[in-house]
Amino acid sequence: MSGKYHIKNILKAGALALGVLAASVPLMAHDAFAAPKKDFKLAWTIYVGWMPWGWAKDAGIVKKWADKYGINIDVVQVNDYAESINQYTVGGFDALTVTNMDALSTPAVGGVDTSAVIIGDFSNGNDAVILKDKDKLADIKGQKVNLVEFSVSHYLLARALASINLSEKDVKVVSTSDADMAAAWKTPDVTSVVTWNPIVSEILADPKAHKVFDSSQIPGEIMDLTVVNTQTLKDNPAFAKALAGIWYETLAIMTSDTPEGKAAREAMGKASGTDLAGFESQMAATKLFAKPAEAAAFARSPEVGATMDKVRHFLFDHGLLGNGAPSVDVVGIELADGKVLGDKANVKFRFNDAYMSDAAAGKL
Amino acid sequence: MRLVNRSPAKGWARVLALLPFVAVLVLYLIASAVRLSENPADKLLPSLATIGDAIVRMAFTVDVRTGTIPLWNDTAASLGRLFAGLGIATLIGAVLGIAIGVLPYLRALLGQFVAVVSMVPPLAILPILFITMGLGEASKIALIAIGIAPLLVRDIALRVMDMPHQQFIKAQTLGASSWTLVLRVVLPQILPRLIDSVRLQIGPAWLFLISAEAIASESGLGYRIFLVRRYLAMDVILPYVAWITFLAFLMEIALVLLQRRAFPWFAAARTAQ
Repeated sequence: MSGKYHIKNILKAGALALGVLAASVPLMAHDAFAAPKKDFKLAWTIYVGWMPWGWAKDAGIVKKWADKYGINIDVVQVNDYAESINQYTVGGFDALTVTNMDALSTPAVGGVDTSAVIIGDFSNGNDAVILKDKDKLADIKGQKVNLVEFSVSHYLLARALASINLSEKDVKVVSTSDADMAAAWKTPDVTSVVTWNPIVSEILADPKAHKVFDSSQIPGEIMDLTVVNTQTLKDNPAFAKALAGIWYETLAIMTSDTPEGKAAREAMGKASGTDLAGFESQMAATKLFAKPAEAAAFARSPEVGATMDKVRHFLFDHGLLGNGAPSVDVVGIELADGKVLGDKANVKFRFNDAYMSDAAAGKL
Repeated sequence: MRLVNRSPAKGWARVLALLPFVAVLVLYLIASAVRLSENPADKLLPSLATIGDAIVRMAFTVDVRTGTIPLWNDTAASLGRLFAGLGIATLIGAVLGIAIGVLPYLRALLGQFVAVVSMVPPLAILPILFITMGLGEASKIALIAIGIAPLLVRDIALRVMDMPHQQFIKAQTLGASSWTLVLRVVLPQILPRLIDSVRLQIGPAWLFLISAEAIASESGLGYRIFLVRRYLAMDVILPYVAWITFLAFLMEIALVLLQRRAFPWFAAARTAQ
């Protein structure tokens, strides 16, 4: 065969390949030019502090507020928490339920500017360190600790160890999936775990289990947020207003001592795989900000800044602030009062109390 | 000339073989560039430079927290589990497969049972494995072995039964006992076929290994992938996936070479069929 023949064919094949590529490029890019839009998606996962989203959808509260602002809000339950964060980060969702730590480590570090518009609650006992046959935290020294590595459980362990002047070097962390934590507890070689509810209550049902540290000893540090992509928020403040409207209407019902409130709690309990009593005990271990004024005041409090400073140091120490991040300051965190922790030129995570304040002032 | 009779020249065939790889790479680079132009810190499709940094970090830098180099530590842990699991499964496959193939009583006893067991999805019974074998190495190796052994047993039993019956009769006429029959007639012909079966099970073996490591582990290739997945660190995941693919490919080549070296007659016999 002649050389020409080869080249012609290669060129043909090349042209074909480029055609395929060109056709597929638009699929890769999402919303390159954000602008006011009508359809929004919120991803939520099963957790006591986020159950209101699912219930609000079923009760028609989502639609009511979306209609008020002339938009559509799709509230989607995602089965896997980590996957919901990833989907939000790559642009699949406009809003997400997430903890303060995970919001910083994934979307913010991944360059997706993210604003916390609702601080729903903080964990006040829902996350716990549990030992088998031992009842003092100090006994954890030298043990293997099963937990979801790099999650809020890992952070809680670090804080627990710090409280008794130990460090992570004094234990051995074994990464264990939350789905298998309860089964893992039943095996003889698992002697200590750090996990969250409802797994905590399941494990504590075992008489050998002793809770030696929980999140009520570090109040306010593990926050459950509803966050919105900052660009989307700038272009569509109505979306965040609708979210705040939905949230506080739902919480008012959920926390009320009426048959309607009880029915809501029961429905949420069922949806999260427990019953009314189980759900109410989880609520008791959660400091829920039922009133928007309370949430806004917490958002503005200096505690948030102090917590985020601890969290970013934890993430930095574990290499989670990005590839070879040179310092803990690499990602900027803007607090509600406008103060910035870290790089002011690279602010990617913001606490925004405007919508909670609007809700408190009845301006929604 | 008909299309079925036209084959590419040698050089051109190589270009063709490379083309899909190049196309995937180019597709990746374009998509990555598009996403990065929008968000320079995008995590889903990182640039080659970012991936390069991650490779240096994972494969050539000692991790301060553990004092080991992550990639090599993970590879050693994973390969140890994989070889142990595959080894146990192969042994069970050979012994039980041949026994079921040659002994009608054993076939009556276990044939249907093995067929049913091979249909049980092993991942679904993981909690039982954990509780009986603990969260350590044993349950991970057991998962691989349980996942693969029944298929190997069935395959080997079928291959034994496929062997021409005259061979058995001839050997018995020459005075072979059941034991010598297995040792001198069945085993030599089954071993190269066992290598084929194991080759086909390398993929599933990795799947079971990674699933087991995702659930509870301190090291391993699957452990690392699921750990950093929480942070969407595709810059680490993509090289790990490439590395796993490469290791599986090496295992495949090694088995092919072993088959060729140890049983040179087998390739000839296969093409003659």
